[in-house]
Amino acid sequence: MQTSKSMDNPKKDKSPLLWGLTFGIVFGFLLQKGGATKYDVIVGQLLLTDFTVVKIMLSAVLTGMFGIYAMKTLGWVELYPKSGSAGMNIIGGLIFGVGFAILGYCPGTLAGAIGNGYLDALVGGLAGILIGSGLFAALYPLLNRGILKKGDFGDLTLPRLFKVNDWVVVIPVAVLIFLLLYWLERAGL
Amino acid sequence: MIERLFRGEKVELKPYYQKVKLVVDWQWMLVVGIVIGSLISALLSGDFHWQWVPSIWATAFGSDLLLRVIVALVGGVCIGFGARWAGGCTSGHGISGALQLAVSSWISAICFFIGGILTAHIIFKLIG
Repeated sequence: MQTSKSMDNPKKDKSPLLWGLTFGIVFGFLLQKGGATKYDVIVGQLLLTDFTVVKIMLSAVLTGMFGIYAMKTLGWVELYPKSGSAGMNIIGGLIFGVGFAILGYCPGTLAGAIGNGYLDALVGGLAGILIGSGLFAALYPLLNRGILKKGDFGDLTLPRLFKVNDWVVVIPVAVLIFLLLYWLERAGL
Repeated sequence: MIERLFRGEKVELKPYYQKVKLVVDWQWMLVVGIVIGSLISALLSGDFHWQWVPSIWATAFGSDLLLRVIVALVGGVCIGFGARWAGGCTSGHGISGALQLAVSSWISAICFFIGGILTAHIIFKLIG
């Protein structure tokens, strides 16, 4: 979010390191407070019995989206949407999802879980992620010639996809997220 | 997030290599920060404890330490591999990308949950 924005334009040599550390501490603190460093909470989300993870993500997207698009409208920031393709995001996303359920942590919350004292995250999870990343790096030249290029759509955003003003998408998405959060709270999930 | 750290080693990403290598530094610090921040919060709220086997896992599959670590390792491989394949994780796509309304991030985040929900149900409803 704002973190990645300020990091991408480092003004001084050392400041990105300090900012990274600072934002990391804040992020880790909030993840732990929210309960997202726990295997039981993440697996509970995927079993649809505990909606903590979705609530954290949706509220972060809701506030962050307003913030970043307000700053974009004011001309203070540029967006850096990730480029993608159907081959990348659908297949990669599904593989990630399978790992998400088996591991019970995602990469960010794994670091938080380690801080919380969870040793399955440190010994099993971290080692696995390193191996998985290395494996991908090894297969990358092969994958990049085929599957990763399938259905390439670049760094498209929803407003550009629908060819409308940013706020024509921001407002309805915000309303939908708000209603979903409200419904989750009402339903006691 | 963590997986991005290692992209610096991926020489195959030639055009991005210089830029990404620079970025590795603050992202390392970000991950270190997450560990510290979580530790501080856990200590302050008295929630810090060493734990090998989480309780939902223990209820379904017992408290065997080795089994849980091996499964976590396998899950880690999938998540590391998948995050690199998709170009981001639950934070990078699910939060930072989704809030910028990136198409790649919304597709990825939806697929994270489709894959995760199906797999979790297979593990705990069919196997466990």
